[in-house]
Amino acid sequence: MITVQNLTKKYNSSIVLNLEQLEIPKGQSFGLVGNNGAGKTTFFSLLLDLIQPTSGSIENNGILVSESETWKTFTSSFIDESFLISYLTPEEYFYFIGELRGCNKADIDALLANFKDFFHDEILGQKKYLRDLSKGNQKKAGIVASFIGNPEVVILDEPFANLDPTTQIRLKAIIKDLASKKGVTVLVSSHDLIHVTEVCERIVVLNKGEIVKDIRTSAETLRELEVFFGSSILPKEEKRSTEEE
Amino acid sequence: MFKRFASLQWKAFFRSSSLGKSLAIKIIMIFFGIYMLACLVLMGVGLFFILEKTFPGVDPMLKVSSYFLYWILGELVFRYFMQKLPVIDIKPFLILPIKKDAIVHYILGRSAFSFFNFLALFLFVPFGIVLLIKGYPALNVLVWLFAIACISQFINFLNFIINKSDKVLLGLLLVLITFYAVDYFQLYPIQELFGNIFYQLYANPIWAIIPLALAILTYAVNYRFLRNKIYLDSAVKEKIKEAETADLGWTERFGSIAPFLQLDLKLIWRNKRTKTQVFMSFIVLLYGLFFYTQDSYGSTSAMFAFAGIFITGIFMVNFGQFIPAWDSAYYNMLMAQNIPMRKYLASKAGLIYVSIVVMFLLSIPYIYFGWEIVVINFTCALYNLGINVPVVLFFGSKNKKRIDLHKSALGNMQGASATQFLIIIPLMVVPCILYFVLKYFISFEVAIAILGLLGLVGIILRNTVLDKIATIYSAKKYEMIAGFGEKD
Repeated sequence: MITVQNLTKKYNSSIVLNLEQLEIPKGQSFGLVGNNGAGKTTFFSLLLDLIQPTSGSIENNGILVSESETWKTFTSSFIDESFLISYLTPEEYFYFIGELRGCNKADIDALLANFKDFFHDEILGQKKYLRDLSKGNQKKAGIVASFIGNPEVVILDEPFANLDPTTQIRLKAIIKDLASKKGVTVLVSSHDLIHVTEVCERIVVLNKGEIVKDIRTSAETLRELEVFFGSSILPKEEKRSTEEE
Repeated sequence: MFKRFASLQWKAFFRSSSLGKSLAIKIIMIFFGIYMLACLVLMGVGLFFILEKTFPGVDPMLKVSSYFLYWILGELVFRYFMQKLPVIDIKPFLILPIKKDAIVHYILGRSAFSFFNFLALFLFVPFGIVLLIKGYPALNVLVWLFAIACISQFINFLNFIINKSDKVLLGLLLVLITFYAVDYFQLYPIQELFGNIFYQLYANPIWAIIPLALAILTYAVNYRFLRNKIYLDSAVKEKIKEAETADLGWTERFGSIAPFLQLDLKLIWRNKRTKTQVFMSFIVLLYGLFFYTQDSYGSTSAMFAFAGIFITGIFMVNFGQFIPAWDSAYYNMLMAQNIPMRKYLASKAGLIYVSIVVMFLLSIPYIYFGWEIVVINFTCALYNLGINVPVVLFFGSKNKKRIDLHKSALGNMQGASATQFLIIIPLMVVPCILYFVLKYFISFEVAIAILGLLGLVGIILRNTVLDKIATIYSAKKYEMIAGFGEKD
């Protein structure tokens, strides 16, 4: 589904991302881990054509993302709160995204009904604008908005950060479901090794912009990752931080 | 403790992002500020002589005193909109080992030095100096100035008390209007009555104790109120307004641009800065009175062409020049979504078209000043529709500065750059010169016909032009994303 070839991104002379080759097949749940500054968000931004690559290319379903815009019809994403429109209520936001992705109100209402548990009665019907919701609830709204319009590729940057435990567990179930039952390619980045190992079939570790590990998830994966992050790169106390700024 | 608070305040001011703005804007803002203050000072100096000349035989001091009531009421209304006690600033101090008393004194004490408290002094101190030169007794004048400083503080603290309710504002306005009406229709000489009372501040300096007492009293009331409520869930809390949703179903008839149109309407209505601009547009409508009442212009002056472009295009200028920066906070999302740039721009253009037509319709009553004015305004509206809308949208593609929507509108220069000043030339100056030259060398009719024709050509070609502009926006996408992402 997604093919990356010799992709690099430089700011001035420092290389922030350098991926020689990466192939993500359709329906895979793909996890990206790495410390701050490893290049996770840069990769996602390149994938969404929000920044220009210094060299190389990304193909999404055979479409060069920097050339054509047709990939947008089947790709959706939630990167950070800059994806939310602060002065809309959550409902209005969902309907607006729906309009952009060719869903009418009824479609959206049907979709939202599936996420009743996930919202925990704190999103819909609150008479609040998105800007007045808590960070966690904003995130929930953004994540659900990325499921609108039956996308084939869903990109979520740090979806577990700021969420309460119940919601984290529900989100994991939702993501697994998307990949296994609906054949959606899900790309997730996270600082939390436990979450990614539970959710993703495949985990790629980025360090300083380069792929240092590419693992098919198994029972030993978590241990392997913990050893890797605990020893090689940075002091121990950083390895489980869940916030990224 | 206060020293430390003061040093924090100092840093807050000098490290604030507004000081890091581009040099040109800073200089313009400073000039504007100096200009305003200079006007006040000049007025203060001239006030004595003006009053002496307009009301011969009346002590200017008494005359000034008679306006005090309106000054106080007027300033209260003005401050109601402009000034709020920034309680939220003290949030970080709550968990530090600082006495709550000290925190409350700090925030109230800080407000005593707010800019608003010095406005009156800039007017009255020069006035006082003139009084001294004119041989008024020094003690009385100096104490009188002190009393004025106290009244300013009183207004300051009273404002924080009444700021909590809209009803008080209505009451204030009602009192202001009633007093004025009672005076105007000579039912009762209120102005004179209060004039005599306020004159006592000067005549008997001992009365200055009353403003002082009032200032202290209002301070104490504020203090007691805040001291008991300095908790995260009461005073130190940002007010959350309940979302008001309106059914914008009627926009569906505009077809595929409807979702964007709805978004823009909500953008305008739910954010302070944009909302103020709508109100400003209606106020600008009154600007015509200023032009049309000048007999020296004649009936078809080029100034009227300027007024026409300005009045029918005010919303276009105010709102249009910051496209697409209004959407800067979520521009990433728009660009990652399946959005045709063309429709996005068409919606913005549509909104501006509507504003131009509405402003023209509202300006029709100016026919009272001559039919030529309506003809000029109609032509200017056509020109705005056909030529200026694409020009504004084109210049919008140069916008790379973020706008935070929740910040207030008045004097807010966020998102402004040199473009915003340059844009005036093609928008306003070019059509005025064109009109002037054509009218001067040929005739009024030809000038009108050519301007209108240009507008019509623009309207006919609008789709082609919009396509071109959309390509420019697409080409500038990465620059815009990067620029809008930078928080200042």
